[in-house]
Amino acid sequence: MSLIEDRPDSGFTLSKLFNDSRYRGYTFQVIAGIAIIALIAVLIMNATANLERLGKDISFGFLEQPAGYDIYPKLIPYTSQSTHLHAAFVGVMNTLLVAFLGCIAATFFGVVAGVLRLSNNWLLAKLMAVYVEVFRNVPVLLWILLIMQIVAISFANPLDFKGDEPAETLLWGMFAFTTLGIYTPAPVWNPGSGIVVGVFIASIIAMVFYAKYRRKVLFDTGRMLPGWPVMLALFFVPAILAHFVMGQPVGVDYPQMGFFKFEGGALIGGPLIALWLALSLYTGAFIAENVRAGILAISKGQTEAAAALGLRSNRIMSLVVLPQALRVIIPPVISQFLNLTKNSSLAAFIGYQEITGTLMGVTLNQTGRSFEAVLLGMLIYLTISLLISFGGNMYNSSVKLKER
Amino acid sequence: MKKNVFLSALAAAAVTATGALADGHGGATLAAVKDRGSLKCGISTGLVGFASQDANDEWEGFDVAVCRAVAAAVLGDPTAVEFRPVTNKERFEVLNSGDIDMLSRNTTWTFSRDVDLKLEFVGVNYYDGQGFMVPKELGVSSAKDLDGAPVCIQSGTTTELNLADFFRTNNISYQPVSITTASEAQQAYLAGRCAVYTTDASGLAATRASFENPEDHVVLPEIISKEPLGPLVRHGDSEWGDVVRWSLNTLIAAEELGITSANVGELSAAPTENPEINRLLGTEGNLGEMLGLPADFGAAIIQADGNYGEIFEKYIGENTPIGLSRGLNAQWTDGGLLYAPPFR
Repeated sequence: MSLIEDRPDSGFTLSKLFNDSRYRGYTFQVIAGIAIIALIAVLIMNATANLERLGKDISFGFLEQPAGYDIYPKLIPYTSQSTHLHAAFVGVMNTLLVAFLGCIAATFFGVVAGVLRLSNNWLLAKLMAVYVEVFRNVPVLLWILLIMQIVAISFANPLDFKGDEPAETLLWGMFAFTTLGIYTPAPVWNPGSGIVVGVFIASIIAMVFYAKYRRKVLFDTGRMLPGWPVMLALFFVPAILAHFVMGQPVGVDYPQMGFFKFEGGALIGGPLIALWLALSLYTGAFIAENVRAGILAISKGQTEAAAALGLRSNRIMSLVVLPQALRVIIPPVISQFLNLTKNSSLAAFIGYQEITGTLMGVTLNQTGRSFEAVLLGMLIYLTISLLISFGGNMYNSSVKLKER
Repeated sequence: MKKNVFLSALAAAAVTATGALADGHGGATLAAVKDRGSLKCGISTGLVGFASQDANDEWEGFDVAVCRAVAAAVLGDPTAVEFRPVTNKERFEVLNSGDIDMLSRNTTWTFSRDVDLKLEFVGVNYYDGQGFMVPKELGVSSAKDLDGAPVCIQSGTTTELNLADFFRTNNISYQPVSITTASEAQQAYLAGRCAVYTTDASGLAATRASFENPEDHVVLPEIISKEPLGPLVRHGDSEWGDVVRWSLNTLIAAEELGITSANVGELSAAPTENPEINRLLGTEGNLGEMLGLPADFGAAIIQADGNYGEIFEKYIGENTPIGLSRGLNAQWTDGGLLYAPPFR
C-alpha cells in the first residue's frame, strides 16, 4: 500500500478557479482583462461625458475650414487660405525634414564618436567620452534653447548688412550668417539643366554598379581595383562635363541684401539649425554608445584572426568587425531614430513650425478643438514612427545573421 | 502569477480612482469662490502695464486690477486673489476646465471664441487694435511698405490671423517668425530675427517702453484690426458672469459719476443727492443683494484701486512709461467708447 494515492478526480468545482493551480492563472488573467477593459471604458465615458457637459462634441469638421495663418518654412505650396488639414501636412513635412536631416547627422556623429571612443589615442578617446556624457546627461530641450540662443547672440542682425558701408559683409560673397538663419547660394535650373541632373543621377547609379563589380573582381580573382579615386571621378566628372557641354544651364543665385532681409539664395532658418544640431548631437551621443557596445561585442579573437591573415587595421574594422557589429548596433539605433523624431516636437519652444506647432499649436488654438487635434497629432506621430521602425527592421533583417 | 494579481489590483485601484474624476466643477462659481475665500484669476505671463510683478513679487497692472475689483466685490478683499499666469495657447483650456474662475488677460472678444469655444465675454476693458513696430533706421512710414519683411508674431492669437489677412488683401508678402511669449518676441525683435513686430497697439507701447532706447523704434500709423479686450468667464454660469460684468461696469460707471478712491469713503458713508451714486455704492436700493453680493460691493471695488480712469492712469496712462492716451478708451461723454449701462 503506497502512502500517496492517486486522488480521485472529483470533477470541476467553482472553488478550483482559485485553489487549483491549473485554473488559477486563467482566473486572474480574466479578472485582470475585465478590469483593464472596464478602466478604458470608464476613461472614455468620463471624457465624452465631460466634453458633453462643456457642450463640446467631437468633430473633425474643422480640418476643412481655411486655416487663416501663414507658416514658415513650407516645403509644399500653402497660403493662409488653405485648409487646416493642409496646414497639418505642411507641419508633417517640416517634421519629416528635421527628422531626416537629424537621423543622418546623428548617425554620423554617433559612428564617429563611438569608434573614436575606442581609439588608442588617449586624447581622442577622452574627448569623445566627454561629448557623450555631456550631451546625453542634459535634457535635449536645454540644448535646443542653448543653440537657439547662440544663433541669436553670435549671428548678425540682417539689417547690419544694409547700406553703402555695411557693418557686416557676406562670407566669400556667398554666405550670410544672420539671426534669421544662414543664407547660402541656391542653384537656378535654367532650360537644359534637366539633362545635367539626369547625367548626375546616372553617374550615381554607375557608382553603385562599379562598387558591385569591384567586389566581384576581388572575390573572383583577389585583385583590388581602385576604389575612392574612381568613385570621386564618377561623382563629379560626368555631371560637370554635361554642364559645360550643355552651355552651363545650371546657374547660381547668390543672396543679395534687400530692404528688410536677403533676397535670393536659400535660407536655412535659425530654428531649423538649432533643432537639427541639438537633436542630432543629443541622439548622436546615444548612438555612439550603441556603436561602442556593438564593437565591443565582437570577440577579440576575430580581430586577432584577421590580423593573423595579414589584414591592416582599417580593413579589419570595415571587413570583419563592423559587419558583425552592425547586427548588435542596428536595433537600438532604430529606437534612437524614433526618439529623435518624437523629440522634434520640442520645436514648438523655438517657433519651428512642425506638426506640433501647426496642428497641435495654432490650429488647436484657433479652433479650440484640442481633443481632436491632439488625437490626430498622436496618430500622425504613431504612423511616422511605425514607418521608421518598418524601414529599420527591413534593413536589420538584411544584415542579420542568416540562419539556414 | 504574482504579476497577474498585481495587474488586477492596479486596474481595480485605477477604476475607483477615476470614478472621482467624473464630477468636475458645476455648482455656482460664486459659491465656490466664497467658500474658498479667494478668487482664481487667469492673467498674462507678463506684459508691462497690464500684468507684471513688482519688486515684492505682487502682481499689478491694468488687467490685474480687474481681478482685484472682482475679489473686492465678492470677498471684500482685493488681495484675496490667486493669480494664475497663462499663455496664449492654454488660456481657454484652463478657463473651460474650471482651473480658474475668470480670465483677465488682454483677450480679444470674437464671435468664434464667444460662441464656439463656449466662453462668455462680460465686457471690454480696453479697446485696442493691431499695429506694427519697426526700427526707425529703416525709414518705413506705412505698413503697406512692409513687403517681404520678416514679422514676429505670437502664434495662436487673433493678431496672427489679422496679419495674414492684411498682407494678403494688400497683395504683399511677409515671412512669419513664430514666437510664443511677449518677452520672447521682444528679444527676437531686438536681435533682428524680425524687422517688424506686430501685436495690439497697447502691447507694442508696453514693449517699446521696456526697450533701452525706445526712441529708436516707431509704431506705424496703421491699425489693421479691432481688438476689444476684456475679461471672460466660461459658459453655463450666468450668475457668475453677471458678477464679473457688473464689477467691470462699476469701475467704468464710477469714473463717469465722479466716484474716486479719494472720495468713495465720504460718498458711501451716507446717501448723496445722486440716486445712481447711491445705488452703485449700496446706500440705496438692493443691487448687491440681487447679485448675491454685499450691499457695499461697489464701494469695495472703488476702494481697492480707484475707478477705471484712476487705474488707467496708474498703470498704462500718459504719465507711465507705457504712455498710452485714453483715445477710444475715454468715457462716452468725452468722445470715447466706454459706456456702462445704468445702475438701476
